[in-house]
Amino acid sequence: MENEALIELGEHIVSSLEQEVSGFHISYGELTVEARADQIVSVLNFMKRDATCNFSTLIDLCGVDYPARSQRFDVVYHLLSLHQNQRVRVKVSTDEETQVPSVVEVYAAANWYEREAFDLYGILFSDHPDLRRLLTDYGFDGHPLRKDFPLTGHVELRYDDELKRVVYEPVSLTQEFRTFDFMSPWEGADYILQGDEKADDTGKES
Amino acid sequence: MEMSQTRNLTLNFGPQHPAAHGVLRMVLELDGEVVERVDSHVGLLHRGTEKLIEHKTYLQAIPYFDRLDYVAPMNQEHAFTLAIEKLLGLEVPPRGQYIRVLFCEIGRLLSHLLNVTTQAMDVGALTPPLWGFEEREKLMVFYERASGSRMHAAYFRPGGVHQDLPAGLAEDIYQFCETFPSVLADIEQLITDNRIFKQRNVDIGVVSAQEAFELGFTGVMVRGSGVAWDLRRAQPYEVYSDLEFDIPIGKHGDCYDRYLVRIEEMLQSVSIIKQCLDKMPGGPVVSTDHKITPPRRGEMKTSMEALIHHFKLYTEGFHVPEGEVYAAVEAPKGEFGVYLVSDGSNKPYRCKIRAPGFPHLAAMEFMAKGHMLADVAAIIGSLDVVFGEIDR
Repeated sequence: MENEALIELGEHIVSSLEQEVSGFHISYGELTVEARADQIVSVLNFMKRDATCNFSTLIDLCGVDYPARSQRFDVVYHLLSLHQNQRVRVKVSTDEETQVPSVVEVYAAANWYEREAFDLYGILFSDHPDLRRLLTDYGFDGHPLRKDFPLTGHVELRYDDELKRVVYEPVSLTQEFRTFDFMSPWEGADYILQGDEKADDTGKES
Repeated sequence: MEMSQTRNLTLNFGPQHPAAHGVLRMVLELDGEVVERVDSHVGLLHRGTEKLIEHKTYLQAIPYFDRLDYVAPMNQEHAFTLAIEKLLGLEVPPRGQYIRVLFCEIGRLLSHLLNVTTQAMDVGALTPPLWGFEEREKLMVFYERASGSRMHAAYFRPGGVHQDLPAGLAEDIYQFCETFPSVLADIEQLITDNRIFKQRNVDIGVVSAQEAFELGFTGVMVRGSGVAWDLRRAQPYEVYSDLEFDIPIGKHGDCYDRYLVRIEEMLQSVSIIKQCLDKMPGGPVVSTDHKITPPRRGEMKTSMEALIHHFKLYTEGFHVPEGEVYAAVEAPKGEFGVYLVSDGSNKPYRCKIRAPGFPHLAAMEFMAKGHMLADVAAIIGSLDVVFGEIDR
């Protein structure tokens, strides 16, 4: 029953925004709408103003990184309608260079969320009034939530008693950072056994 | 006579300021005493929680949630466990649900007690925080008796809660609920009709309902503006649909109304706690699906199967089906949400934490503009910001 209302809502959105929206799907009782990145402002504008949608609040905006894709970033918008008691997720994808239009004009709350996504992922938002770093240190280099950014980071800092100030130094780990692979050997890691190439070939054939 | 040249004063507020509620640094531009521009610099408490979670198994990630809003730790864990359970399709046994609601409401008391009294302290009252912290200490003892830790509980687990309540705890919580309203009345007597408190809070930081939607406000921040929106009622999770409680709302959307809403919410929480204790059924507190939840210690002594489950759960952890979900709870500060993306492995692929304080603080410029410098402290107090969750 819950799902029927969501399907109806999804169909309404897709039929009203044929050019801007590429499709929708429902999983785990949540509606996800996929939109074109350059049209995101008009999509959100419609969702906010349309009487059936009435998504008055932008709950969340965040980036997700899929390094294997050519459009490696997803920008995910979570909207909430307090009037219809309904939620929707809008997703657009982009890469490192392509700018996503900022939605600050539509939802004022997007300001800091976009700054955060820029800070942590390096996603660029065009027409953002003040696209500065938000969470990371002053003068920080890199985008820490990207999958290719190491967990330990690149610099560490300490207070230097002689210089009487905090100094930045490259990270030196006394012990190599350990990532354990707990996957079962039958389904997880692909172990390379030296001199066992033949066995591998036969394995592929079968 | 020549007009004297005036220029705006730029003032650094924090990061070491008692009214900044933590490590907030604000660059204020003042025209005389009137605030013209607010530039909040956050991130001084940024620990990279979301990055760390991506490198931990689901179970290892739970303690990070205690360290977000460290004033009401279990409410955060709740959102994360709900997200995992949604992906796994896991049912929580009724007793587990009641215990969760019980401790969520204790968390709400913890948070509101701290906020209400420190809001009073920000505008000059020193006694309320001392009285409030005495009650908080009692509540944290309840936390400790259930989970073994006063603050960093890690008590909510996927499938339920870690352990059943120890003997006698339910009675003591009930006893606390009997005495707490009179303590709250004492605190209220000090603040509610206090002339100074009213002068500092009434008509300060006014937000209309429309502006609250626009700025992404949730929780007390929208209820103070007269919108009866509460996730516990609107999108009930756990057993909230079986419990009776009122949703207090404000009329004017100013700092004083938000204070009143919090006071009333505390009384409602006490009533919810009592209902939970009355209705709490027996039975298991955590799902018995041992592919997800660890077996009991006693079982492990005799059953090989249980021992294997225990070993696998605490090394590899459990695998969560591929997909993405958003789960939200009504945390004391507003909607606390977790957007969880799973790639089918034993670690979250992405875990975005939607902290309620984040949009609230982002609206600081909007709320403080045109107010006096002294009002900034009152507005921050009524926003109820905790930097653990904003900076993450």
